[in-house]
Amino acid sequence: MNQLFKKRKEQLGFFQGLMSKPKSVSIPREFNESAIMVCDSCGGASSKKDMASNLFVCPSCNYHLKLTPQQRLYQLIDESSFRETNRKMSSTSVALFPGYLDKYNKNVEVTGNLEAVVCGVASIGGNKTAIGILDAHFMMGSMGSVVGEKITRLIELADRKKLPLIIFSASGGARMQEGINSLMQMAKTSAALAHFSENGGFYLSVLTHPTTGGVSASFAMLGDIILAEPGALIGFAGRRVIEKTMNEKLPDNFQTAEFIKEKGFVDRIVARKQLRNTIITLLEYHKEASI
Amino acid sequence: MSHLTAWDRICIARSQNRPKSRDILPKLFDEIIELYGDRCYGDDAALIGAIGRFEGVPVTILAQSKGRDLQENLACNFGMMNPEGYRKAMRLAKQAEKFHRPIITIIDTAGAFPGKGAEERGQAEAIASSLKMFATLQTPVIAIVLSEGGSGGALALSVADRIYMMENAVYSILSCEGFASILWKDETRAKEAAELMECTAMDLAKKGIIDGIIMEPEGGFDHQSDEVYGQIRSIIRRELNILTKIRVKNLVQQRYEKFRAMGNV
Repeated sequence: MNQLFKKRKEQLGFFQGLMSKPKSVSIPREFNESAIMVCDSCGGASSKKDMASNLFVCPSCNYHLKLTPQQRLYQLIDESSFRETNRKMSSTSVALFPGYLDKYNKNVEVTGNLEAVVCGVASIGGNKTAIGILDAHFMMGSMGSVVGEKITRLIELADRKKLPLIIFSASGGARMQEGINSLMQMAKTSAALAHFSENGGFYLSVLTHPTTGGVSASFAMLGDIILAEPGALIGFAGRRVIEKTMNEKLPDNFQTAEFIKEKGFVDRIVARKQLRNTIITLLEYHKEASI
Repeated sequence: MSHLTAWDRICIARSQNRPKSRDILPKLFDEIIELYGDRCYGDDAALIGAIGRFEGVPVTILAQSKGRDLQENLACNFGMMNPEGYRKAMRLAKQAEKFHRPIITIIDTAGAFPGKGAEERGQAEAIASSLKMFATLQTPVIAIVLSEGGSGGALALSVADRIYMMENAVYSILSCEGFASILWKDETRAKEAAELMECTAMDLAKKGIIDGIIMEPEGGFDHQSDEVYGQIRSIIRRELNILTKIRVKNLVQQRYEKFRAMGNV
């Protein structure tokens, strides 16, 4: 493990100078199975092994913990069916706000990914699908120009190859450090979806904890069908900002998946255990859309 | 004018004396008939929806309205739109498409309203749908950033074939106060944030996000600045002349390519 980190650091040192063509790094699958994990919600402790076999849903309180893209793929897709696209893409011309590069590098080191989204093609129950998974562990899953570009290329790939499209959102919104370029990714991804939709493509959007800001206000809310994981935070503005604006305390369930469903903005809430089967059923229903 | 800092421009853009949408619309259009409501929930006074004539040509006008005095500010929520505002914009845009009317949008907002009701009625969905709908809308769209363009709330009305900015207008991912609060957890450092944000018309022109700048007299334009209104009219005239001659299919394709190229890596 230590050696892996050392190697990764060397790779990072190499591309810090270049920034343009960083080497990709992969996250190791194995982990210390006896390690203890604490639920973010109830504080209950379980072994990592038990947590993993329960799909990282807390056995005591049913809280759905955040997944890495790798964990999500492992739970969802047919074994060894994932082919990643644009894995090495990274930005060459980001506005360097104070501390951004350091923060970015730290996130690469911690997550083992180069950006806040992993995209590719996979089989799910035998259905070939274009799939993108945002990573809330990487700078809060924020969308800068690379995330926007990778999502757009994924949509265009689905359009070209006539594949169904699934995007798992988990994001605090547009990435502030990249300024206006991040904002424009909302328009870019939405425009790509508009064309995909006009060409008859099927887009399934899955909202996971958290989906807010510029991501919820663009591709996340544009699914033909929108699913959400139980308890996920889903909204546009942040709770503190709203409380300050309204000068009132908001109810606890405000902006939860359940609240958003009651207001009519998601189709279904699906527990993680049922997610794969639900997705397969929906993909089967829309097979003809992809031809 | 280049000696002005970004913060100077933000102050000019936000000045209460600066002409607002309600001031400039009569200087650009004739026979304005306002149209209200989203046919779904309600009307949003933060967005003026109207049909009008530009030098005789019927156009649809979608103008964010901050209000000219405190009473108007309050009535139109300081230009911060609710979901019904975006849905009203979409309804009128679809109507414009049906009747082959070009659309002129005027951007002037600090951002979409961060309110409780706004969340309950789907602020995120309304903005997302607006971005998607304008992307393939089959009629020309020209956006003019009048003073302040903040976050997705401004972007929702900026998916246009042409985007012009007033010289002292600013356009950014969020307000400099919000930015300072995220970057340094200190709202009072807004002035510092402003200089980092690259939010002026010159910055955005350099990045290729806008198509042109409408020059203003020193210190900003006012109600008497006939020369400025003349510039705006000549830009609208010129662009309408170009855009209405492009076949709709090509127009939509060019609009896609314009936004496809933004913030490329």
